[in-house]
Amino acid sequence: MRPSRAYLVWIHVAAVVMALVVLAPFAWLVISSISPSSELLSPHPHWWPDHPTLERYRAIFSSGGGDDVAANFRAAMINSFVVATATTVVSLVVGVLGGYAFARLRFRFRRTSLLAFLAIYMLPPIALVIPLYLALANLGLLDTKIGLVITYGSIVTPFCLWTMSNYFLSLPAGLEEAARVDGASRMGALFWVILPLARPGILTTGMFGFLLAWDEFLYALIFTSSTDAKTIPVAIAEFTGKHSSDFGLIAAGGVLATIPPVILALVFQRYIVGGLTSGAVKG
Amino acid sequence: MKPTSPLSGSLTGITAPRPTRRGLLVGGGALGLSGFLVACGVGGGGGEKGGGGSGSGSIRALFMQQAGYSEDNIKEMTAAFMKANTGIKVTADFVSYEALHDKTVAAAPAGTYDVVLIDVIWPAEFGTKNIVADVSDRWPEEWKQQMLGGAVATPQYDGKFYGVPWILDTKYLFYNTAQLEKAKVDAAQLDTWDGVLTAARALKQSGVQYPLIWSWQQAEALICDYTQLLGAFGGTFLDDAGQPAFNQEGGVAALEFMRQTIVDGLTNPASTQSLEEDVRRVFSSGQASIALNWTYMYGLANDPKESQIPGDVAVLQTPSGPVGRPGVNGSMALSLSATSENQDAGWKYIEYLTSQPVQDKYALSSLPVWSSSYDDPKVVDTNPAVVPQAKKQLGDMILRPQVASYNAMSQVLQAEIQKALLGDKEPQQALDDAASEAAKLLES
Amino acid sequence: MTSTPRAGGRPRVRGGYHEGRFALLLLLPAAVVVFGVVLWPVVRTLVVSLYDVDSAMPGDYPFVGIDNYVQVFQDDRFYSVLGHTMYFTLVSTFLELSLGIAVALLLNAPLRARWLWRSIVVLPWALPTIVNGALWRWIYNGQYGALNGLLDTLGISQTPTQWLGEPFLALNMVIIADVWKNTSIVVFFILAGLQTIPSDLYEAARVDGAGPWRAFWRLTIPMLAPSIAVVLILRTIEAFKVFDIIYVMTGGGPASGTQTVAFYTYLQAFSNQLFGYGAALAYLIVLAVFALAMAYLRILRQNEMAGVE
Repeated sequence: MRPSRAYLVWIHVAAVVMALVVLAPFAWLVISSISPSSELLSPHPHWWPDHPTLERYRAIFSSGGGDDVAANFRAAMINSFVVATATTVVSLVVGVLGGYAFARLRFRFRRTSLLAFLAIYMLPPIALVIPLYLALANLGLLDTKIGLVITYGSIVTPFCLWTMSNYFLSLPAGLEEAARVDGASRMGALFWVILPLARPGILTTGMFGFLLAWDEFLYALIFTSSTDAKTIPVAIAEFTGKHSSDFGLIAAGGVLATIPPVILALVFQRYIVGGLTSGAVKG
Repeated sequence: MKPTSPLSGSLTGITAPRPTRRGLLVGGGALGLSGFLVACGVGGGGGEKGGGGSGSGSIRALFMQQAGYSEDNIKEMTAAFMKANTGIKVTADFVSYEALHDKTVAAAPAGTYDVVLIDVIWPAEFGTKNIVADVSDRWPEEWKQQMLGGAVATPQYDGKFYGVPWILDTKYLFYNTAQLEKAKVDAAQLDTWDGVLTAARALKQSGVQYPLIWSWQQAEALICDYTQLLGAFGGTFLDDAGQPAFNQEGGVAALEFMRQTIVDGLTNPASTQSLEEDVRRVFSSGQASIALNWTYMYGLANDPKESQIPGDVAVLQTPSGPVGRPGVNGSMALSLSATSENQDAGWKYIEYLTSQPVQDKYALSSLPVWSSSYDDPKVVDTNPAVVPQAKKQLGDMILRPQVASYNAMSQVLQAEIQKALLGDKEPQQALDDAASEAAKLLES
Repeated sequence: MTSTPRAGGRPRVRGGYHEGRFALLLLLPAAVVVFGVVLWPVVRTLVVSLYDVDSAMPGDYPFVGIDNYVQVFQDDRFYSVLGHTMYFTLVSTFLELSLGIAVALLLNAPLRARWLWRSIVVLPWALPTIVNGALWRWIYNGQYGALNGLLDTLGISQTPTQWLGEPFLALNMVIIADVWKNTSIVVFFILAGLQTIPSDLYEAARVDGAGPWRAFWRLTIPMLAPSIAVVLILRTIEAFKVFDIIYVMTGGGPASGTQTVAFYTYLQAFSNQLFGYGAALAYLIVLAVFALAMAYLRILRQNEMAGVE
C-alpha cells in the first residue's frame, strides 16, 4: 500500500520540527562562536551577529601567542582521536567476541559473568581514580595515551559487550548451524557468517563506544598533565576556567571538538543505513 | 590479627588472584594490569615517606593556569632557575584551579609531584593528612618579618609551616566611574558597606537595573565574599574554643546584608549562579556598577579586547563595615610534597620562585609577598592603581577557618547560605543549621 | 527473542569441542581488558569502604566493618541527593526513551533524504558533555541567555527567568540539557531494533483490523522490548552516575538542588578525603542501579510475554 499524501506531509512536518529542536541549540553554539564578545554580552541576544568574526578560530589555529592555546588544543584533538580510536577498536574486538559468547553459547556462570561486566560499568569512576592512579604510576603509564586507552577499555568494553550480545540475540537463529553443516568450524561460522550480518550493530556500537572515550572527563583530568596525553574535554575545561568570561571561545572549541565524531558518524552511517536496509525490511 | 589498613601494606595481599570457580573472569584479570602490578613488585604503593634527596636531579611541579602568574611567566622563571642551578631539571605541569586540589590528592600516594601549589584553605587538610611536608625547619626566621602578615599566615597551620607564600591576593571593590558619575554618586561613599548600599540605590534610579554583582554560586567563591562581609560586620567563623560562631551577630548580619540586597533588587539575581569570571563578564559589559573581585579583574576590565568599559574601572579597598574592613585571604603557597624523594631540590626551586627579585620582576602578574616591595617604585609602577590599595589591604586579611575538615564545613555553609539567599530560610536559621552541622564535622 | 541475560542462552550449535571452552576463548580477551585493569582497584575500593580512611595517603586506619555503610543511611544529605538522582534518572530516561522511540519511528518512515535527518540526530551526540553543559549554562543564563531572549522575541515573557536560580527548576533544566544530548543514542538503538521487525507482521495486524495505535502497542513495543531493555539499562546506569554535566552547569547548586549521588561521592571522597565513606557510597550506587536495572528487566519481560499472546 502506498502511504497517503497526508501521511507523507505529516511526517515531513514532524521531521522539520524535530530538526529544529535538535539544531537550535547547536546553531546557537556556532553563532556564539562567531559573535564578537560585545554582541554576546548584549542584554538581548543578537540572533545573527552584526559583525561576525572568525577571530577565535584563528586564535585556536594560529600558533604562538599567550599560553599557546592553539598548540595545546591541536595536540588535545590528536590525543583524543588516537585514544578514542584505539579504545574503540580494542573494545569492539573483545566486545564482539564476548558478546557473541553471551548471546549464543551456553556455559556455566554465563549470567553471573555478564552481570559482573555490567557492574563494572555501573561503578562511578570517582571510586576507582585513586587506585588506578597508583597502578598507572607504578607502570609508568601516567600522562600517556596508552594509560588512557587501558583505562577507557575497562569502561567501553562492558558497553560493547552488553550491546553486542543483545544485537546477536536479534539475529535469526540457526545461521551457525547452517554454516556448520557446510563444513565451517565454529570460529569460521562466526567470522564468515555472523559478523558480516552483524555489521550494522557493530558499527553502531563502535560509534557510540567512540564517544564514550571521546567524552570521558574525570579520568583524563586526573591522569594526564601535558600535551602528551591531555584530551579534548580536559583542554576545553582548562580554557573554560581561564577564559570563561568569553563563552564564544568555549563555543569555538566545542564546535571544533564536534567535527571528528560527526565526520565519523557520517562516514559510518552509510554502512549502518546500508546494512539496515539490506536486511529483512523493505517498506 | 590486628586489621591493618588496606593502604599501608603491600599490594600483593590484595592483588594475588586466587583461582576460583569463576576462573574464567578472574583468571583473565590476572593476566592484565593487576597481575602486572604483582610482577613488578610495587608493594607499598608509594607509602614510604619522602626524603631530602641529593639536592639535584629531576623534580616535577604542579601549578594552576588561572589568575596570578601565567603559564608563560612560570616557564620563564623555571628556565631561569634551571640556568642558575644546572644540576636540577624541573618539569612544570599546569591544571585549572578547579582540578588543583583533586590532582594533588590523587597524585600524593604515588609521589608524582615534588612541589605543589596549594590554596590558603588547604594547609590544615594537607598537613594533617600527610600530603605536604612540614617545612618549619627550613623556614628562615627573618621571613616572618620581611613578608606581609597575611602572607606568613597563608601556609601555616597549628604553628607549623607547610609551604612558602607565593601568590598574594584578596578581594577589592571595583566600580564603574562613568556610571557613578552619571548617577551623581561620590566614590568616597564606597568606603563603607552602608555607603555602597546608598550608592547602589542611586545607581538603580539612574537606570542600572542591578548595580551589584557577586560570585555567590554554590562554590568556594561564595564563602570568599561571605568571609569578607563577615569580617566587616565583626563576625568570626570559630570562637576561641574552636566552636562555630558564624551564627552569632556579625556572621548573621553579613548574611542578612547579602539577602537584603537581593530583596531590594540591588543585587543581580544571577549572582547565585555566578563565579568570579561571571562577575567579571557582567561588570566588564557595563551591566553592573560595583563588584567585589580578585586583583586580576583590574587589568582585564580595563583591557579594550576583554571589556566594554576600558578606562572606566577604578579599584578601592574593600569597604568597611561596623567593625572593620579585613579582606579575605585568597593567597596561595608553594609546598613540598610529603612523598617527594627530592625535597632539597624542590626547596631550592621554591626559594627561587618566592624570592623577592623574581617576585618584583613579575609584579604585574601577581603582587609580591615581601613588604618592602610595596615601597619600591619599580613595583608600584607596574600597577599604580592597584599597588597602593594592595599595600593597605594586604596587611589586614581574614582567614577562612584553618581546620582539617574545612572543605566539608565550607560545603555545608555554602548550601545553607544559598538557602538563605534564595529566601528558603531565615539567615539566622540557615546559619544555626550550618553551625550545628559544622560542630559535628569539627568533632570527628 | 529476548535481550535479558536469561540463563541458558539461546540456540546453540552442537558438536565440535565443548561449548564452554569456546565461550572461554571468546570471553577471555574481554575479561583481560576489563578485569585486568579494574580488578585490583575494585577490590581495593571495597576493602577501603570497610575502613575509616580519611586521607589518600597510606597509613593505619581503623577497621570499622560496615560502619561507613550504616553512616550513609544515617546521613540526611544522602537521602536528599538520592532523591535528586532518582528524579534525574527516572525523568531523563523516561523522556529519552519516549522521545527516542518517537524519533526512531519517524526516521524509519518513508522520509525523503532520510540520511539528512539521521545526520541531524547524530549532532548532539557528537558534542562533548563538557561543552554541552557550558552551552546550556549559557542558553539558560539569566542575563544574556538565548532562552530568555527567545521567550521575549516570541512575546511570551519579558521578565527574565533565572533558569538555574531555583533548586527544583535547575534540576529540571539540567535534565533538559541531558535529554537533548542523549536521546540520540536511544534513537539509533531503537532504529536498529525496528529493522528486525518483519513487515509482514504489520500486514497481518492490518488485515486483523488493528489500527496504527493498536499495532504500535501490541506489535511494535513488544517487538522492540529487547532494544528498549538495552538502552533503558544503559541510560539508567549513565544517568545514575551523572557527574560531568552537573560539575559544569551548576556545581551542585543552587542550595544543593542539583547534587546527585555521584557528585556527592566526589565531594566526600575527593574534596573531603573521606575515602572510606566515598567508597561505601560508590558501592551503594552500584547496588541501587542494579536494583533499578533488574526491576526494568522484570517489567519488560512481562510486557514482552503479554505482547506475544
